[in-house]
Amino acid sequence: MEQWILQWLGKEMGDCLAATVKSMPAIPVPPGSYEAGRNQYYSTRILKEMLKEVPEDAEKLLGVTDKDLCIPILTYVFGEAQLGGTAAVVSLARLRQEHYGLAPDRELFKERLRKECLHELGHTFGLIHCQSRECVMYLSNTVVDVDGKGRNFCRSCRMVVESQTGPGRAT
Amino acid sequence: MTMEKSVNIMVVDDEEIVRDSLGAWLEEDGYHVESVESGKKALELLPTRDWDLMLVDLKMPGMDGIQLMDEVRKTCPDMLVIIMTAYATVDTAVKAMKKGAYDYFVKPFNPDDISLTIRKIVEHHKLVQENLFLRKELKKQYKLRDMISKNEKMLEIFELAKTVAKSSSTVLIQGESGTGKELLARAIHDESPRSEAPFISVSCASLTESLLESELFGHEKGAFTGASAIKRGKLELAQDGTLFLDEIGDISLKLQMDLLRVLEQKEFRRVGGSDLISISSRILAATNRDLKKAIEEGRFRADLFYRLNVISINIPPLRDRREDIPLLVEHFIEKFNIEMGKQIRGVSEGAMRILMYNEWPGNARELRNVIERAVVVAKGNVITESDVSLPSASGGPNHRAKTLEEIEKDHIRVVLNENQWNIVRSALALGIDRVTLYNKIKKFDLKKEGNPVKAC
Repeated sequence: MEQWILQWLGKEMGDCLAATVKSMPAIPVPPGSYEAGRNQYYSTRILKEMLKEVPEDAEKLLGVTDKDLCIPILTYVFGEAQLGGTAAVVSLARLRQEHYGLAPDRELFKERLRKECLHELGHTFGLIHCQSRECVMYLSNTVVDVDGKGRNFCRSCRMVVESQTGPGRAT
Repeated sequence: MTMEKSVNIMVVDDEEIVRDSLGAWLEEDGYHVESVESGKKALELLPTRDWDLMLVDLKMPGMDGIQLMDEVRKTCPDMLVIIMTAYATVDTAVKAMKKGAYDYFVKPFNPDDISLTIRKIVEHHKLVQENLFLRKELKKQYKLRDMISKNEKMLEIFELAKTVAKSSSTVLIQGESGTGKELLARAIHDESPRSEAPFISVSCASLTESLLESELFGHEKGAFTGASAIKRGKLELAQDGTLFLDEIGDISLKLQMDLLRVLEQKEFRRVGGSDLISISSRILAATNRDLKKAIEEGRFRADLFYRLNVISINIPPLRDRREDIPLLVEHFIEKFNIEMGKQIRGVSEGAMRILMYNEWPGNARELRNVIERAVVVAKGNVITESDVSLPSASGGPNHRAKTLEEIEKDHIRVVLNENQWNIVRSALALGIDRVTLYNKIKKFDLKKEGNPVKAC
């Protein structure tokens, strides 16, 4: 993936959650996660591999990959997280306009990436899908849903995150 | 942040990977999810929670998804089941839908499809709950204890009954047979400050004059042949409570006189006794006869009528309040579903038409009997036209008058059931001796009906 993505995302997440963000060297996607018949990668297996690599000083571990992700029962997922756990993974594949045969749109891609990373990290804080469309935890199965929902946590979801990160920290 | 109400979803799939991934994905949406690997385990889990939805794999070793759905329907007929399969064929999809599956998904699913389906189910669930709640609320307004009606006149009667319940005045309840005179009397008692004391009912028409006298007033030892011990009468037994005299229009002139004295003096003597016993019970009376006409014909004492008729309530016949028929039908179906462990959901349009246009000479009691029979004979979960049998329909092509023997058999059965098959009491009520009653039970091959099965 492009070099700037990790740098930009680290700063963005750090600002949103008022957290210290560190980048780790890339981990190869576990071969066992490849679903040959679907040409996709099974996100739960990736999460399991990531959990083996969590640094001691890290509270959360967010993985990003260019691979298209799925779980056995669903045709695709944008990402997956451990509900109330440590790790989350987000796929860039379906966030790019090119996936839909359209011209690249860097700003739109960044906005989608920010939302999906916050969303999956939100799950690691124990948040379930929110009913408010204004909230980044709103369920989004398509990029249209991603584009339509808010870019931050709503007040009540923010309170849940802040109860774990400290007041005034989560955006 | 959270869903409005926790929705309970059971996932049944023999593949662990499917159970885990689907379970985790649904939990992110705020649903309560439990997963099991077989139909057998699913049936064990079924009674532990109020499940809203089951996601069931079609192909599993042992019991397959459709067999499981059939088993689940036996105890939870309204359970929403989504069948999942990796092998999409039109045949299996059609079979699943025909068997009553809510939907049919081919693995892997599009996340949007499943989200949308579950949202629809949640909405449906909310509407069903709301509907149930509103129906219950509505019924409360139409109810007086065991009586139910939305007829304006009946609702006025319910109000009047609640008001008179607070007093001790005598009430005369008039109405055709089967309109619910005793139910109203019981309701008045239950609504009154006397509700903790006994409610004693006497059916005046079923007893001979001397038996009724002994029933009401009791007797001293040796008062007449066979009176081997003191017996307290119903007037004494109903002390501080309510004495309900049903079919008061049928009592003899002598007993009318005795009763009038009791009502005026509030005291009486046991048959063969000399001590005066004062009464504190309230008297309610009922009749299906036209007492004013009986007075004109000299068969009923006017002074007793005015004593009884302090407050008069006239229950209209069912044919004059047809709007109550659907309400009563639903009420009786619910009652018999519980008693017989059935799952009848309602009546077909055709059956309801028959019920609505019948004349109901036997009133609500007759409707109750017709529904009881229909619940017994109904093959499906809806009562259809063929399940509805109207024995009292007159003029119909299949109508035939009952023979005297049939009427005798029916009457003996009713009296036996009313007396819980106590032979002595039943013989007394029928005015025959025990041996004769035994012979008639044998002759008509009458059998004690078993205890109804309770629904789980």
